Amino acid sequence: MNTLPRWADLVLLPAVSLLVALLAAGGVVALVGQDPLEVIQVLVHGAFGTARGISYTLYYATTFVFTGLAVAVAFHGGLFNIGGEGQAVMGGLGTGLVALWWSAFLPAWLMLPIMMVSGALFGLAWAAVPGYLQAYRGSHVVITTIMFNFIASTVLVYVLVNHLRPKGSMSVESAPFAASAKMPGVHEALGAIGIDWPSSPLNLSVMLALLAALAVYFFLWRTRAGYRLRAVGSSPSAAEYAGVRAHRQVLVAMSISGALAGLVGMNEVAGVSGKLMLEFVSGAGFTGIAVALMGRNHPLGIVLASLLFGALFQGGAEVAFEVQGFSRDMVVMLQGFIVLFSGAMTYVIAPILARLLGWVSKPFASKTTSGAAHG
Amino acid sequence: MAEPAAPAVRMRGIHKHFGAVAANAEVSLNVASGTVHGIVGENGAGKSTLMSILYGFYQADSGQIEVFGQKANIRNADDAIALGIGMVHQHFMLVDTLTALENVMLGAEPHWLIERAEAQVRSKLNALMASTGLQIPLDSLVADLPVGDRQRLEILKTLYRGAKILILDEPTAVLTPQETTQLFGVLKRLREQGNTLILITHKLKEVMALCDVVTVMRAGQVVAEVPIAVASIESLAQAMVGRKVMMGRALESPTHKGEMLLKAEHVSVTDSLGVQRLKDVTLSLHAGEIVGVAGVSGNGQSELMDVLTGLLTPHLGQLTLEGHDFTPPHWLDPSRARKLGLAHVPEDRHARALVMAFAAWESAVLGYDDLPDYSQGGWMNHSHMRQATADMMERFDVRPRDTELPSSKFSGGNQQKLVLARELGRAPKVLLVGQPTRGVDIGAIEFIYAQLRALRQKGCAVLVVSSELDEILALSDRVLVMNQGRIAGELPIAQCTEAALGLLMTGGAA
Repeated sequence: MNTLPRWADLVLLPAVSLLVALLAAGGVVALVGQDPLEVIQVLVHGAFGTARGISYTLYYATTFVFTGLAVAVAFHGGLFNIGGEGQAVMGGLGTGLVALWWSAFLPAWLMLPIMMVSGALFGLAWAAVPGYLQAYRGSHVVITTIMFNFIASTVLVYVLVNHLRPKGSMSVESAPFAASAKMPGVHEALGAIGIDWPSSPLNLSVMLALLAALAVYFFLWRTRAGYRLRAVGSSPSAAEYAGVRAHRQVLVAMSISGALAGLVGMNEVAGVSGKLMLEFVSGAGFTGIAVALMGRNHPLGIVLASLLFGALFQGGAEVAFEVQGFSRDMVVMLQGFIVLFSGAMTYVIAPILARLLGWVSKPFASKTTSGAAHG
Repeated sequence: MAEPAAPAVRMRGIHKHFGAVAANAEVSLNVASGTVHGIVGENGAGKSTLMSILYGFYQADSGQIEVFGQKANIRNADDAIALGIGMVHQHFMLVDTLTALENVMLGAEPHWLIERAEAQVRSKLNALMASTGLQIPLDSLVADLPVGDRQRLEILKTLYRGAKILILDEPTAVLTPQETTQLFGVLKRLREQGNTLILITHKLKEVMALCDVVTVMRAGQVVAEVPIAVASIESLAQAMVGRKVMMGRALESPTHKGEMLLKAEHVSVTDSLGVQRLKDVTLSLHAGEIVGVAGVSGNGQSELMDVLTGLLTPHLGQLTLEGHDFTPPHWLDPSRARKLGLAHVPEDRHARALVMAFAAWESAVLGYDDLPDYSQGGWMNHSHMRQATADMMERFDVRPRDTELPSSKFSGGNQQKLVLARELGRAPKVLLVGQPTRGVDIGAIEFIYAQLRALRQKGCAVLVVSSELDEILALSDRVLVMNQGRIAGELPIAQCTEAALGLLMTGGAA
């Protein structure tokens, strides 16, 4: 009987989880002799207080939307894709390679779509292999995608060091792309229509992320393919009964998941660095798992959770900079608490919340509770 | 044996609420010592809740329990066992990888050295088996024991722990008619020895055969408590449902067979462990007939259904459906089967027939999502799907009529009605039904039978697989009996008796 009404499950529970996480983190902050209120104030101001802060928050959030959506699509197909990191690395590689080859000749309106498709295809391919192994050979996708993360990062190192590094250069990065391969920054786009906006890494990929979230929503809940994918994810045997080929859906889910993760390259490589280098994903693939978990695997939830994590990244950096004796590690701890409470501890908080709601609503004799389960 | 004055169990004014629903309201129960007391009622009538309160799984909101005249506060199963109450669950609570003896001992080892403990338990059990007639091989692994033996083991386990009051939850659900008779012999003997038995069941025939007194529950309340001498199956069924129920067979059977719609020949299936699940099965289905498949669960019925619906490709054999021939490895597949007019109500509602996490309307189009009124060009038409589901719910009286409710939140009977509405809605030519009324209330059973018969009148070929003999007898025009993957025999309904079917089911000759 510990079932929450839908609104509480979607709104109240994440809010309470976040609050508990903040309280716990605040406790630790107080333990190390800092003022939690000051820290949170600096954090919120750093993330949302200035146009520049907001830009950084949105920039971080963009990457998290891609990786979060990747995890969510796989999840709806009944798969736990831990490989967002590697798929994003390969996506960046795909984005960068075509940029290196063709950006000198092609105009931006042609170059950018090609880079996007290439990044998505690289990510797709990198996820399809574990997907195939899971579907037709029974190798567990959790294990294989983790392994593929390691392979992806070493592949990137190998390609950069042995092939893309300009002769004589000591740093492990490619030559810069031509201007046509640069995703326009938001400040440039706004400047073009006469709005003054401070320069930041935030680029038009943020629109791409929103489009991706919309597309994932429509795919999962409006198309037959999405319906079948969800059927396989929730009940493989029922899907089989319905005539859906579960194996193929596993492959489809992993492919879409990988393609979404591959789009990270548009934000980080095409949007910011303008060349291929190491570490452009830097853990965002794993943060995507937390984002999807907190966003309840729904595109809207993922966008909101990405904003939260983007704010934590940006605000956290400000805190580490502004507050004496408050290191970057404390921010990581705060993120850890949020993941813990919004993910794993949800199942601890939910029954308590349900009981509290039960007390509150008892006089109204709610008709939503049902005793049908008892025979 | 002298009858003690106090009843074995006395429950008074028991109330138990789950949320806003009263699972038990003002329930009183008196079970006289040394009797078999039946508790009958539909799913959700509150009989399991009441017994769970007696066995300490749940705490009553209010009310009193007395056991052998002593006021009892039963907080958990340990309290119940200490009071001499034992429960034999419908789903056995046994560890498959331990021997029978180890299972009895588990949790109540009399000595810390396991060898000593076993010796003590063994001598006690031997005495117990001799006095009750519950004979089982103590050193066999539970995994190797037949179902009947496992059930005897469960009873033995509770007796070993000193139970004087045994609660049996649907004890015959998994037994053949012969095993049932044997079980009843044992239960009668236990009664003679002064034990008290409480039998939860929905099989009224068994109540009539075994019980001394029967309590009928409906909607959380006791609606009747009658000595068996003045009870009848009809009166009990009426009390359970609250109205008159017609369960018997429709009288006329068609004299001539219709056109043959489905034929399977020489079908054999071997599973991944190399065990042959189906052996040279041949059968045909004709328009306008209901064919029943009887047998103890696990004798190949599930595999037969899977083969005929295209979920499983056999190793050998041939299938003809609507003029199309299929041979392995190019077997029928489920979507092809549906397009050829074959509908399937699977026996496992939870795993196959519905996606439990889906809203009712999403489950109500399962398998039919590519029909033009549900989707065009890959895009789903949600409003059509919702409307179609609402229509299905109306026609088949699915309650609650809430298309957004997750499939898992419907009761078993309503889930089944939704599945039937989906599968029957497209006027199938062939319908395969597995366990049509498992976990379904009597009222809904009547409705489901009527639907199946109506389909047969319209010229549909219906195959019903059921482990309930009464169901087979009530529905079928002819009956196939399966035993160990073979069709052990075929009988026209006129020649079907429980004894004849039971013999075929256990591998004897007809």
